[in-house]
Amino acid sequence: MRIDVDHVARLARLGLTEAEKKLFADQLAAILDLAASLQKLDTETVPPTAHAIPMKNVLREDKASPCTDVEAIMANGPVIEDHMFKVPRIIEG
Amino acid sequence: MHTKTAHELHELLVNKKISSVELTTALYDRIAGTDDKIKGYVTLTRDEALKQAQAADERLTTGANPTPLTGIPIAIKDNFCTRGIKTTCSSKMLENYLPPYDATVVTKLKEAGAVILGKTNMDEFAMGSSCENSAFFPTRNPWNRECVPGGSSGGSAAVVAARSAVMATGSDTGGSIRQPAAFCGVVGLKPTYGRVSRYGLVAFASSLDQIGPLTKDVTDTALMLNVIAGHDDRDATSIEHPVPDYRSALKNDVKKVRVGLIRELLGSGIEPTVKAAVKGAADQLAALGAEIVEVSLPSFEHAIATYYLIAPAEASSNLARYDGVKFGHRSQEHRDLISMYYNTRREGFGAEVKRRIMLGTYALSAGYYDAFYLKALKVRTLIKRDFDQAFERCDLLASPTTPTVAFKLGAKSADPVAMYLSDIATIPVNLAGLPALSLPCGNSSGLPIGLQLIGPAFAEELILRVAYTYEQNTAWHQTSAVI
Repeated sequence: MRIDVDHVARLARLGLTEAEKKLFADQLAAILDLAASLQKLDTETVPPTAHAIPMKNVLREDKASPCTDVEAIMANGPVIEDHMFKVPRIIEG
Repeated sequence: MHTKTAHELHELLVNKKISSVELTTALYDRIAGTDDKIKGYVTLTRDEALKQAQAADERLTTGANPTPLTGIPIAIKDNFCTRGIKTTCSSKMLENYLPPYDATVVTKLKEAGAVILGKTNMDEFAMGSSCENSAFFPTRNPWNRECVPGGSSGGSAAVVAARSAVMATGSDTGGSIRQPAAFCGVVGLKPTYGRVSRYGLVAFASSLDQIGPLTKDVTDTALMLNVIAGHDDRDATSIEHPVPDYRSALKNDVKKVRVGLIRELLGSGIEPTVKAAVKGAADQLAALGAEIVEVSLPSFEHAIATYYLIAPAEASSNLARYDGVKFGHRSQEHRDLISMYYNTRREGFGAEVKRRIMLGTYALSAGYYDAFYLKALKVRTLIKRDFDQAFERCDLLASPTTPTVAFKLGAKSADPVAMYLSDIATIPVNLAGLPALSLPCGNSSGLPIGLQLIGPAFAEELILRVAYTYEQNTAWHQTSAVI
């Protein structure tokens, strides 16, 4: 099974080199052939399991508590200006 | 000193035969003598460690509630957030990341008085089975340096095996604690999903990830589990289930315990020496009074395909956060925001991470979601049912941890499918959220063999008891690698 590598990379916002595209097209085809083996199983009436240990909504008391040190968080920002994370221009014009 | 277990060292510490500062210094000497060859550590934290050791010595002297881990030098896998100490996930993406907080497990270990020697190497973002996917360098197996230590917690397993840490933490999404434990001849436990808080563990596949110990023997595993287990408000998937004293589960008694050998994991894909060692271990347990039966879990043959759809799907979502905006690497090459995303992720991620993001994105994309992702979730139900049925007949299940002993560096790195197949025995356990432990049960051409014991949810005590009994009646845990 072959996949459209350019399309999937675009969905994942993932830059790939030409060499990676070629390699991944082959390797992903091999992995998906393995995955395709599931198709032969009849799962018509089987419910999906997203979590192995059943869990309902988890709630806690709505109580304020101190948050992580803001300066330490900001210190990891690649580009910071006036206490904000700076990114390249988003809107043209 | 560096060869002793945590429970042996605890006796020496409380009886003032040694101090934690002496012990910690001895471990750094051991690291200096071995780690150039093993490459288990990515970061050493000597200054902080010596301060922690001093504090531990005061606590031991004043009798201020020392715990069994007070003053014990440990290593932390580099996907656990450590405040102010680099947490890289062995990725260029996080090469300079300084977490603003500690993972809950790190907080608990510090509160217990453990001394943190440093952070250990791993496959990038915990994706891999050999430690060769580290963006920095591969870790070597202490038993044979031409071989891999396993992965993704390869650094943690290797430093425990090299006796350059007394114990270490790992994380296990598809076998990342148990497989390296088997390859390096140490004990590794993946607890029940939700048993240990994952707050501050860098997320890979959130419905599968679980934290656990890597130690020299079963007693040390119980001691670390005592510290790290329990509910945490900060991890909504951690479960409010009472935490027993796991050490009191360590009884030399397996009489009438019914252990099921998994037929599908003793078939043609398993190396003969590994098969023989596991059957030998089953015979030994039978001689000690356990009842050994054979069980079949037919859906196991679909576990790898199921896992390699679910785990990458979850990873592709979890790793969307690495966009170069708030933390981590940012590409200098960009003309707009979108090209910054592309280039940041192209430069920051290694090949295996990219492969899995691609695979997961594909499995979740329009037109393929039902055929791949949803199908995998349904087969996950079948695997879980197989376990449920097996546990109606057995108290525990047993199998080899890995189909082979440690393989050579480079042997599988060009063939992802071959690498994925090496996780056949460990992956089904994560899909079902169950606890499982690997402990040494043999040796083949100088490389250790691991026995895997799998229990129903929250059966850690029974697993530990059976593992302890096996260990007390064999000598594998007393052998160690010569470096």
